[in-house]
Amino acid sequence: MTINIEKSPVELPKTVIAPSRFRNTIGKYHITRNSRCISCGLCAELCPYGVHLRFDNYSKPLRPRDDRCIGFACRENDFFCVERCPQQALTLTENPILETMGDYRWTAEMLIGHWNMAETAELPEVNLEYNLGKSGGGFDKLRFRHSDPREYLELGDEELDTSIDLNKRGDGRPEISLSIPCYGGGMSFGSTALPVMVGRARAARILNTLTCTGEGGYPPELVHYADHVITQVATGLFGVREETIRYAPVVEFKYAQGAKPGLGGHLLGDKVTPEVAAIRETVVGNALFSPFPFHSVYSVEDHKKHVDWIKEINPKALVAVKVSTPTDVDMVAVGSYYAGAHIIHFDGSYGGTGAAPDIAKKNIAMPIEYAIPRVHRFLIEEGVRDEVCLIASGGIRNAMDVAKAIALGADGAVIGTAELVAVECIRCGNCESGRGCARGIASTDPELGHMVSEEWTEQRIVNMYSAWRKQWCILLRQYGLRSLKELVGRTDLLVHLDYLDEEERATYTPAPDGKVVF
Amino acid sequence: MPKKYHIETVVTPPRFYPVGKYAVTEFREDCVGSCRNCVKKNCVYDVFKDNYEHWATIDEPEFLYLCQSCFRCVQECTRGIFSRVINPEYRELGDDYWRADIIHTTWYQAHTGRIPVSGAGYRGPFVGKGFDSMWTDMSEIVRPTRDGIHGREYINTSIELSRRVTQLEFAEDMSLLTDCPPILEVPIPVLFQQPDFGILGDGVLLSMVEASHELGTMMFIRPEDYSSTLLTYSDNLIPRLTKNNYHDYSDLISSSRMVELAYGPGIENEFGNLRKIRPDLCIAVGIPLNSEAASLALRLAQTEVDTLHFYADSHGNELDATEPRFLKEIIREVHLELVENSIRPKLNLVFSGGIALAEHMAKAIICGADAVAVDIPPLLALECRLCDRCMKGKSCPVELENVSPEWGKRRILNLMGAWRNQLIEVMGAMGIREARRLRGEVGRSLWFEDLERESFGPIFGERKVKGPV
Repeated sequence: MTINIEKSPVELPKTVIAPSRFRNTIGKYHITRNSRCISCGLCAELCPYGVHLRFDNYSKPLRPRDDRCIGFACRENDFFCVERCPQQALTLTENPILETMGDYRWTAEMLIGHWNMAETAELPEVNLEYNLGKSGGGFDKLRFRHSDPREYLELGDEELDTSIDLNKRGDGRPEISLSIPCYGGGMSFGSTALPVMVGRARAARILNTLTCTGEGGYPPELVHYADHVITQVATGLFGVREETIRYAPVVEFKYAQGAKPGLGGHLLGDKVTPEVAAIRETVVGNALFSPFPFHSVYSVEDHKKHVDWIKEINPKALVAVKVSTPTDVDMVAVGSYYAGAHIIHFDGSYGGTGAAPDIAKKNIAMPIEYAIPRVHRFLIEEGVRDEVCLIASGGIRNAMDVAKAIALGADGAVIGTAELVAVECIRCGNCESGRGCARGIASTDPELGHMVSEEWTEQRIVNMYSAWRKQWCILLRQYGLRSLKELVGRTDLLVHLDYLDEEERATYTPAPDGKVVF
Repeated sequence: MPKKYHIETVVTPPRFYPVGKYAVTEFREDCVGSCRNCVKKNCVYDVFKDNYEHWATIDEPEFLYLCQSCFRCVQECTRGIFSRVINPEYRELGDDYWRADIIHTTWYQAHTGRIPVSGAGYRGPFVGKGFDSMWTDMSEIVRPTRDGIHGREYINTSIELSRRVTQLEFAEDMSLLTDCPPILEVPIPVLFQQPDFGILGDGVLLSMVEASHELGTMMFIRPEDYSSTLLTYSDNLIPRLTKNNYHDYSDLISSSRMVELAYGPGIENEFGNLRKIRPDLCIAVGIPLNSEAASLALRLAQTEVDTLHFYADSHGNELDATEPRFLKEIIREVHLELVENSIRPKLNLVFSGGIALAEHMAKAIICGADAVAVDIPPLLALECRLCDRCMKGKSCPVELENVSPEWGKRRILNLMGAWRNQLIEVMGAMGIREARRLRGEVGRSLWFEDLERESFGPIFGERKVKGPV
C-alpha cells in the first residue's frame, strides 16, 4: 500500500565513509591467512565485503580486513573464501578478543556495531547484536511487540519524520525543532578533548540538533556553532557569563546528573591543564569538585528564580532543566514545569560519561527505564504533558533504546556515551585520571588530546545518527507510524519479557547470552 | 569544635603482583623486531616498560594488573601481533558471591585508599540478587541537601554499641533518677571480626587489631587467640565468650569494654555475673542468623543486653534453611520486629557475613542495622585471594604468615578510609548527616519489586518471572 504524504521530504545529511583511526580494526570474526597462500588473488575477487584487499601494483598477500567479514553465515555463499581458497590457506574463527571487551551494558558486539555504523552510516552487515546488551533488565528486557503486516507503511526514509519540538509552551519563544530525537549530552572542556567537543558541535549543525558545553565553560572555538550549542549552567558556574547565555538557543540548568546524583561534577587535578584552568578561571593541576546542589536553590520558587534569570538575559533562549531520578522524580518534573522550564531532562543512574564514583553509578537513584513512564503518567494526570518536552538520558545506548524510551513516554533522548563510542571509545573507563583517555577522546593532554580531528569526529557522529535514523524509520514503517512524535507514550507497542508467559516470551528475541567476565 | 573524624590513607603497594584481569598474547614470531613504532614503547601506562627490549628480559608472564584496557597496542601494532585474553587465574578468583571484581576493587582500595572512580557510566547488570536489587535515593532540588562530601558540612558516621534507656525519670528537683548505662561509641559503623579461615598468624591479627585501634572501632576475637601484644589493645577487642567458658577469662573481661556471649538458652541470666566483673561492661550476644532471629531479638531486647550480633554465612545467607533468605530481608525482619514492639531504640544490631563492599554497609544500615562486622574484606586488604589453599593445609600464595603489622594496618586503614568516604558519598547524596539517622531509613531507598510494580505494573500487568534475575 502506498500512501502519499503532504509533507515535503526531509533532507538527510550527507554521509561519507569515515574509517577507523587505528590500523587494526576489531571485528567479530577473525580470518587468518597462513603461509600456504600463493597470493593468487581469488579471495579478493570473490569477497563482496572487501575483507581481502588487493591492489593492482602490489601482489603480495595483505592482512585481511576481518572486521568486514560476515562470519560463518557466509558458508552458504558461493563466494565463501575459506571454502574456495585453492590452497586452503584461510581459516575463520570468532575473534577471541571479544571476551575481553565490553561489559554487561555495552557488549563487545554493541561497541563493534556502533564503530561500524560510525564508519559506514549503514546498519552493520555482520550479524552483530547492537540493540541489546547483557544487563538482564530495563531496555534489555523490553521489546517492541510483533507488528501486524497490515500496518506496514510503504514510505521512504526521507518521507518519515524523526523530528522533535523543544518548545511546547507556546510562550512566544522560538519553536525549535530538531531533526532527530536526540541531542548531545554535556561533556565539558577538560573532560573531553577540544577537537571532540568541536566535532560534536559540527555534527550537531549538520544533523540539525544540539550539543551541550557541559560544565566546563564555553571555549571560543564553539562560538561559530553557537546556534547548535546548549550552554550548561551547573553548580560550578564555570564559564557562565552573560555572553555565553546570550549565545545559546537553549540554556540547561544542571541540577544533578545520573552518574553521580547528589554529587557535584568531578574533574581530577591531572586534567586541569593550563588551557582548562584558563577557561574555568581556576588553578592548574587543582582538582575541581563542583558543589552540590545549587546553594541558591532549595525550593521550586528558588528554581523559578533561576529560570526567570536566564529568560531575562536571553529572551530567545529555551530553558532546559537537567535533574536526576530520585523517588520523587515525578514531583521534580512537575515543579520544573511550573517554574517555567521548556525541557525537562531526566538523567538516569546508569549513564554518564565522565568520572564518577563507582558506588554512585551503580547504587544512587533509579534507572531511567523506571523514571520515564512514572513522569509521563504524572504529567498527563497533571494535565501539563503536552506543554513540556520530556527528555531522557542515562544508559540510553543505541537507536532502539531511544525508541523504547520514546514509547515509554519521553519525547527524545540525550546521548553521550554513544557519541564517544562513535569516535572509537572502547569504554575502558579510565577517562578521569593521569593523562586521561589513552585513545585521545577524553583527554586534554597535549599529545593525546590531538589524536582525534574535528572533521573526523563530525563525520563519525553524523554517520552513526544516520544509521540510527534508518533503524527508527524501519520501526515507524513497521507500526504504520509517520512520525516519532506518534510513538511517544505508545506503551502498547512494548512488551517486557518478564511480564510474558513463557510461550509468548519464546517468540521474542532473547537477550544475548554468554557470561561477561566482570 | 571537636576535631573532625578522618581516616588518613597512604598509598601502600601490594607485596606480590596482584592477579591481573587480562593477559596480552603476543605472536612474537611475526614481530619485525626493529620497528620504530613499537607500541610497547608508546604504551600510555608504561605497562611494557621492562620487556620491549629483549625477549630474555621478560621475567613474568604479562598478566597485566596495570593494563587499563585501552587496546591501543592491539589496534596500533604495525603487524597486528597483539591480542588479549582473560587471565585464567582471574577466572578462578573468588566465587559466585565474592566475585573477582569485588576482590579487585578491594585490592585497589587497600592499595590506594581512594574510592573507585571511573568514567563511561555503569557497566554492570541492571539488577542482581541480594543488595543488588535495591538502590539508594538522592535529594533533588525540592529537598535541601548538605554538601558534606567535600567537608563543607560534617557528616557523622558514628554509632553506638551501648544500650539506651528509653525513658528518663527525674526527681522533683529535676535531678536524673534513671540510672543511665555507659556510652560506647565507635566512629564508623564497621566492626572487625576474626576470620574463620586463613593463616591467621600474629601479623594478620595484629594488622586488624592495630587498624581497629587507629580507627577507634572494635574487633570480635576468640579469647584463646589473645597474645600479650593483643592484650595491650583490649579497649578495641571484643572477646567472643560462651556461657561455659567466660569464668576462665575474668581478667580479659575486666580489661575489655565489651564482650560477646554466644547465644544459648538462659543467656540473659549471665549478664549480671559479667557486670559483677566489670560494671560498665557492654554485652553483645552472638546469634546465628536463622528463622528464629527476629523472635530471639525481641526476647533478648527485654534484657540488659547492649548489642545483638547476628552471624550470617559468608555469602550473607540465612543459616539452617533449605531456601535461605538474604541478609537484607532478615535485617528488615529483625529491625521491624523490634520497631513494631517499640523497643528498637534500646539496643543495637550488628550483622556480619556477606558484607563485601562499602555499598553493602550503607544498604545494611538502611535496612535496619546499626553496624556491620566484616572479616573477609580486611583479609582481602592483606592480599588474600580466597583460594582456599590454607583450608587444605597448603601454602599461602601471598604469604599471609609474613604480613608485617605496620603494612597490614595501613592496607586495612586504606580500605576503611575508602569505605567511609563512599558511605559519605551515599549519605551526602541522600542529604543525611548522621549514620544513626540512616538506620532503617527505607524511605531513602528504592527497591526493585516496588519500582517494577509502580513503573511497569500499569503498563505490562503482572510480573511472570519470580525474583530480580
